[in-house]
Amino acid sequence: MSTTDKPGLSAEELAELSTEEAMIAGAEADDVFIVHRRERYPIPGTHAEKRAERTVAAMFVIAFLAAVGFIIVFCGAVPFQWHLPGQGSQNFRFFTPLLGGLLGLSLAAIGIGTVLWAKWLLPEEEVVQDRHDTGPAEADQILTSATLVQGFHDTGIGRRGLLKGTIGLAGGALGVLPLVYLVGAMIKKPNKGPGQSLFHTLWGKGVAVVDSEGNRVSPGDILPGGLMTVFPGVPGGVAAGDSPTLLIRLRPGQTVKARKGQAGFQWQDFVAFSKICTHAGCPASLYEQQTGRLLCPCHQSQFQVLEDAKPVFGPATRSLPKLPLGVELVDGTQYFVAKGDFPEAIGPAFWERP
Amino acid sequence: MTATVNHDGPTAPGPKRFDKPRTPAGKAGRWADERLGMSGSVRNQLNKVFPDHWSFMMGEIALYSFIILILTGTFLTFFFDASMAEVRYNGSYIPLDGVQMSRAYASTLHITFDVRGGLVMRQIHHWAALLFLASMTVHMFRVFFTGAFRKPRELNWLIGLGLITLGLVEGFAGYSLPDDLLSGTGLRIAEAIMQSIPVIGSWVAFLVFGGKFPGTEIIGRLYIVHVLLVPGILAGLIGAHMALLIKQKHTEFPGPGKTEATVTGERMYPTYGLKAGGFFFIVFAVCAALGGLAQINPVWLFGPYNPAQVSSGSQPDWYIGFLDGSTRLFPSWEIRVWHHTIPPLFWPTLVLPGILFTLAGAYPFIEAKLTKDRAKHNLLNRPRDVPVRTGLGAMAIAFYSVLLLSGGNDLIAKAFSISLNAMTWAGRIGLLVLPPLAYLVAYWTCLGLQRHDREVLEHGIETGIIKRLPNGEFIEVHQPLGPVDDHGHGQLSYGGTPVPKKMNKLGSPHGGRIKGFLWPVREKAEIEAELAALEAAEAERDRQRELTD
Repeated sequence: MSTTDKPGLSAEELAELSTEEAMIAGAEADDVFIVHRRERYPIPGTHAEKRAERTVAAMFVIAFLAAVGFIIVFCGAVPFQWHLPGQGSQNFRFFTPLLGGLLGLSLAAIGIGTVLWAKWLLPEEEVVQDRHDTGPAEADQILTSATLVQGFHDTGIGRRGLLKGTIGLAGGALGVLPLVYLVGAMIKKPNKGPGQSLFHTLWGKGVAVVDSEGNRVSPGDILPGGLMTVFPGVPGGVAAGDSPTLLIRLRPGQTVKARKGQAGFQWQDFVAFSKICTHAGCPASLYEQQTGRLLCPCHQSQFQVLEDAKPVFGPATRSLPKLPLGVELVDGTQYFVAKGDFPEAIGPAFWERP
Repeated sequence: MTATVNHDGPTAPGPKRFDKPRTPAGKAGRWADERLGMSGSVRNQLNKVFPDHWSFMMGEIALYSFIILILTGTFLTFFFDASMAEVRYNGSYIPLDGVQMSRAYASTLHITFDVRGGLVMRQIHHWAALLFLASMTVHMFRVFFTGAFRKPRELNWLIGLGLITLGLVEGFAGYSLPDDLLSGTGLRIAEAIMQSIPVIGSWVAFLVFGGKFPGTEIIGRLYIVHVLLVPGILAGLIGAHMALLIKQKHTEFPGPGKTEATVTGERMYPTYGLKAGGFFFIVFAVCAALGGLAQINPVWLFGPYNPAQVSSGSQPDWYIGFLDGSTRLFPSWEIRVWHHTIPPLFWPTLVLPGILFTLAGAYPFIEAKLTKDRAKHNLLNRPRDVPVRTGLGAMAIAFYSVLLLSGGNDLIAKAFSISLNAMTWAGRIGLLVLPPLAYLVAYWTCLGLQRHDREVLEHGIETGIIKRLPNGEFIEVHQPLGPVDDHGHGQLSYGGTPVPKKMNKLGSPHGGRIKGFLWPVREKAEIEAELAALEAAEAERDRQRELTD
């Protein structure tokens, strides 16, 4: 077994070879040995061979037709503009399926045709290749190691302590620099600046309670057992990530036991809790008014509103923060207002949170 | 090995004698070679031998879906606007007319409804992404169960693991870009996960989001991560994965004529290349057909992201599902020390995948250490021959499956009218109980299969022929696979290859490989030759018997 860079054949010998023989010689020069090679159809022109060829050709014809069909559909044979049902042509509904179907058909046909071509019509071969995988020769390893070690020795890093120390310093500092650069450019101090505190939201004393359209909410807007997602009525209040608050009207007979120091947070039979789940920040929005359970659909944390939104199942650990709720009289109508911000950070917990 | 070519039959008269180029292609080739001098190495690669086994296709599917992702993704970048600036929608999709949304979401709607063929391209891209992750995962199983990760291929195992990890990041980033209600919910959870890191959590979240959630930065940042940073690293790692594969060559299953020092199969050019090229088109065809016929991620139905809204049955793409499941199952254990908090979210979303991926990465080294196996392996194991490894793999799959199913436990609860809380508890218990069970089942199955292989080698194949002995006893006639000793026991030893267990698996050097998809394809001449050989062998046996008698 030998590796040869060039086939060991003279020009005259090469000239004597047929193409196939030269191909085999080339393979053997790379230690690739064709141990078995045979035409699939030893007798040319049999029915079986023609059938195979025609089947492959049929695949390519299908690929051609499907591609042409795709182009025709794409270029306007089927409209693609969306219309409401009953207003304008609904044929656009066929556009995407036709495109995908025809493209898939065309690609599948060309793919299957190609594979069949290889499997049915190319000569059958069994080829064995030498892996040359005995690992680097020991001599090679020693020579390479010696090159590395000697080169390292020549630099003198081992004995020139000053250079070793200083290049270490320079390399270390320069190595850290890109990280400092990137982090330094992107870093933001948490809880600093307006609207950037994890401990505070846009709610505050006297902030109006509004719905998602910005309209003020009054007690008459919610039936017993009902709820509404409300937001602080300040600029940006509806869009902010920590604003959403559930305003719940209890059913007659339902009571909520208040937490310590939060006795005045309820207004008559209305309670308001942060809607942001204390587990991972999804809006906990599925409320069962009969049982008073509130479910977060992301990870199935369940809160018992009647026990002051205490977590009763699932991965959440903290109760939903409660908003101190009050009303004010404007032009003879009662409207809800917040009597202050949430007394604690809303949403998922974090390191700095007590 | 001697250089012999075994012409079993005539080959077609190839092109004429070969000395100097006459065709334009030949002249172009010579022109290039006179400048690059690469004909030797090109020939080497053209003649590279690829072994053939269906399980080797998984990695190919992953490679091809990556190419499809690049092609379709490039198209999408021409229309997508990764901006969180608010606009009022006024495109073709009437139900969202006049709704406030980010430009990212509006441009996704634009691609969907106002770019000709945009929707099908988006859906092909999404399906190809699911396929990319799925094929990498199955490819990893294949490599694991057959022991292909053993020396000298540990590095490629690690690169592969890196590809899967980055694939998860890439998929999540792409999923988040449209800024719809579903993906925004995913980002909200991602932010909560970042916040949960002890000590630096809120710093990390503020750094990534450029302030408090949602901010105005994240879509633009994810965009460049999704279209440049991660795909660039992925392409580099795929290149390294392939380069190592070419250098180390493929593994193959043991069998007749297979050795550690050689690789057996078909040459890259023309046969294997043609097959692989065809297979690329087949993979693309599946993605295209799915992209056209199977709706995926209909963002227009979800609406723009809004922190106050969520829909029930919120699910991530399948490859994030196991993390969603672990998050649902993990109990509400919060650690509070000295006015600081480590939220429960930290453990199932960061610590658990960290442990899982570290274990997976360390596995080849752990196995080598425990088995003291320092040898190079180019021939694969049959999973049954390494019961402990197969058991561990089954254990990992069971663990992962419980997490994945729990990621959709609300949908399962709804579909089968089971209590959601019962599903959660079933997941919690199943996560602890099922993996060891899976280990035992796989381990004993392996032993049983091994035993059966030995049994057939010793006693032969059951022929289904019942014979009555003179003493009245009934026995089944067994066909020995090879020479037998005085007691009629087979003398063949197990060679790590499939043992034929049915009569019609006998008679072929390829372990009974029968050609033909619907019915066996056999050529008349071949059959006649085999019959003649059989008859000759029988005649020889009779002659031998006559001589010995």
